[in-house]
Amino acid sequence: MNINDFKSNDELAWCPGCGDFGILVALKKALVALDRQPKNVLLVSGIGQAAKMPHYVKANCFNGLHGRAIPPAVGAKLANRELTVIVTTGDGDCYGEGGNHLMHNIRRNVDVTVIVCNNQVYGLTKGQASPTTDPGFETKVQTKGVILEPLHPLEMAIALGCGFVARGYSMDTGLLSSLIIEGIKHKGFSLIDVLQPCVTFNKKNTYEWYSKRIYKLDQEPGYDSKDKASAYRKAAEWGGRIPLGVIYRADTKTYEEKSGIDKMAPLADSDTSDIDINSIVKDLV
Amino acid sequence: MSMADELTIRIAGEAGQGMQTIGFILSRTFKNSGLSIFANQDYMSRVRGGNNFFQIRISDKPLYALRSKADIIIALDKKSADIHKGYIASGGLIILDKKKLGVVDSDPVFFDVPLHEMAVTAAGSEIAINTVSCGVVAALTGINFNSLEAVIISAFEGKDEDIINKNVLAAKAGYDFAKDNFKDERFFVKTSPAKETILLNGNEAIAFGAIKAGCKFYSAYPMTPSTSIMDTVAHYADRFGILVEQAEDEIAAVNMILGASFAGVRSMAGTSGGGFALMVEGVSLAGMTETPIVIVDSQRPAPATGFPTRTEQADLDFVLHSGHGEFARAVYSPGSIEELFYLTVKAFNVAEKYQIPVIILTDQHLADSYRNIAPFDTGKAKAERFIIEKKDSGGISGYKRYLLTESGISPRAIPSWINDVIYADSDEHTEEGHITEDASVRIKMVEKRFYKKMAGLSKEVEKPTSYNIEGSQIILLGFGSTYGVMKEVCSSTSGAKTGFIHLPQVWPFPAEEMLRLLKGAKRIVTVENNAGAQLARLLRRETGIEVTDSILKYDGRPFDIDLLANRMAEICGK
Repeated sequence: MNINDFKSNDELAWCPGCGDFGILVALKKALVALDRQPKNVLLVSGIGQAAKMPHYVKANCFNGLHGRAIPPAVGAKLANRELTVIVTTGDGDCYGEGGNHLMHNIRRNVDVTVIVCNNQVYGLTKGQASPTTDPGFETKVQTKGVILEPLHPLEMAIALGCGFVARGYSMDTGLLSSLIIEGIKHKGFSLIDVLQPCVTFNKKNTYEWYSKRIYKLDQEPGYDSKDKASAYRKAAEWGGRIPLGVIYRADTKTYEEKSGIDKMAPLADSDTSDIDINSIVKDLV
Repeated sequence: MSMADELTIRIAGEAGQGMQTIGFILSRTFKNSGLSIFANQDYMSRVRGGNNFFQIRISDKPLYALRSKADIIIALDKKSADIHKGYIASGGLIILDKKKLGVVDSDPVFFDVPLHEMAVTAAGSEIAINTVSCGVVAALTGINFNSLEAVIISAFEGKDEDIINKNVLAAKAGYDFAKDNFKDERFFVKTSPAKETILLNGNEAIAFGAIKAGCKFYSAYPMTPSTSIMDTVAHYADRFGILVEQAEDEIAAVNMILGASFAGVRSMAGTSGGGFALMVEGVSLAGMTETPIVIVDSQRPAPATGFPTRTEQADLDFVLHSGHGEFARAVYSPGSIEELFYLTVKAFNVAEKYQIPVIILTDQHLADSYRNIAPFDTGKAKAERFIIEKKDSGGISGYKRYLLTESGISPRAIPSWINDVIYADSDEHTEEGHITEDASVRIKMVEKRFYKKMAGLSKEVEKPTSYNIEGSQIILLGFGSTYGVMKEVCSSTSGAKTGFIHLPQVWPFPAEEMLRLLKGAKRIVTVENNAGAQLARLLRRETGIEVTDSILKYDGRPFDIDLLANRMAEICGK
């Protein structure tokens, strides 16, 4: 496989300079590195700029409803575990509209990888606050600045026992690609929050703003991503320094293992031609 | 006194007193005595206390509905005796334990049975009041004790032998007491050798239909009165290789089944009106992405939480219009246990053939009512698949998910099976499945999803059931659970000739067929468990036919034969 095998012919509709471009490159690189075939990859998304990403990759795509990217991804994975299922979503789609699904699917722990393109603002609806917008950020709706506390998705994921929690940055495609590779390899639900400037609507969290703050956890001496307490502290770090890399990992049992479907043939392969229900009839006589 | 042609037995008490246990044991015993059974449940939205009942109607003739009054009532608490005294048929009997319940009333309607004392003596526990009661009813109805004993033994299968023996003893004590103290044979029923029948309720019929149709993924959030569909599928899940996943909410349920269906698995979600309200964006998504799904709306009285455990047919308008935008759908409205089974199988076949959402509209009354019916004819319940099978997929490339065709149906491939990728999109899309804003593509896609598919669907609408409509003075018209009560009323009414039409499918609406059936009709009266005469309005919208009247019931309770017959007599007298 090479990167051209994942090239889609669809026209890109992002703003020039959008952070999503870097994420797209990192995703394709990861798929190449993992030697996945396009026909065995399923990208699922909701609505938003990040949700357009599946169209820009040659892979199977289910582009569903706003906020509802994770449930169909999980349904598809349970139906056919031979698919590598990746969700590309945004801070509005995943942390706002679809927050309940994120929370409960961390608990469900089906083997899907969720990449959240987190630009801390609503792009497609033109600049309103998102769940991760920094307090004080002024918009046409939040005219006096955001007064809500931001959601802390990584801390939440760690608290819920998510087995793979990472943060990437759209400009560092090398690191991001490696995080996506590790996330896909991780058995169970993996969450990768990707910091991504919005060149049109977020004039605060810019490339320059990020470049002054980000640092890599793998260069942090002694950091142990398996230590939940340290992971929690790193996930909460924001403002002065912002860590990138694998923040938390834990060995968890997947839904597939616990439910036993990993030992069955994929549900999609079931023979439905002549199901004999006589054994049920016997229970009713 | 001669034998009874039919009997209604009502077991009433607080939630948790075991009315269902008595109901099931008696139902099975009557079934094994060659009788027909129609049993319904009336229960409150609480786990303990209140007042609930389980009612069984029996006869040697087929039964489809309930009576308003009971011939025998077992009152397990004092409140039941007070509440249900008004529902006793003439010549009927209320069985109760006067001493235990502190009842001093000497009305001859009461048959005082020391249920408590016998339970404690025979079985050492008052829980055995249930089996004592079964014994009393078996004796009153002239059922052989051996039949009851066999059912008790099988009902307690797996329990300690001591428990089984004690329950048999308790039943025998009740049986002997009734034989000794009630010599009258007016409640005796005509028994015969057991026929080969199966006893099940409406929700079980849906679950079995889904299993037969090859449903391999079921997701739902528990909601009365739909929950027992999920329970039943879950009970058989391992045996049939089905995955049942309780969703965090109905939005997740519908979106999970969409994902599973996209990946090639027949999938279903069950809910009631409130949960369906949360699913409707998903219904629209199924329409747009052309992903087959089957959803059950088991109706209960609304708006909002309404009567959680009671019945209504007020979601008709809602399901017909559910989901924003215009797209093809099918809505089935089965009226019997048999129809629930066969139409659930058909729902899966039609959903997959047309790649659309299909809704099965049922209600609490049908969901919780039991009948014994002839075993399913599985030859009539085949899973017909409409996907490109895996064995035929390998060589496929250059695939277009939304290929424009004459029928509006694009050959549906399954991801990872073909040698290409598949794009499905909720935005307006090209044949390849990519987002577009092109007006001419839009027009073609709307016509594909809506006009073309509707044209095909209209050709395979489930035909309305009509009975005795030729030259009738009055034609009743209903959908869903009113089928049984219309059938019984029309086949028993003397005097004015009456007929009925039952619609097992309300969308696409069988307009031409209805115009034909109702041509020259004198009086058309819809029978609906709602306040808005929704079926009457649908008929008018689709055919221009105005009904003479509508018999509406919106108290959260189902129609019974006597009530419908009275309301009809009033209309005929107008």
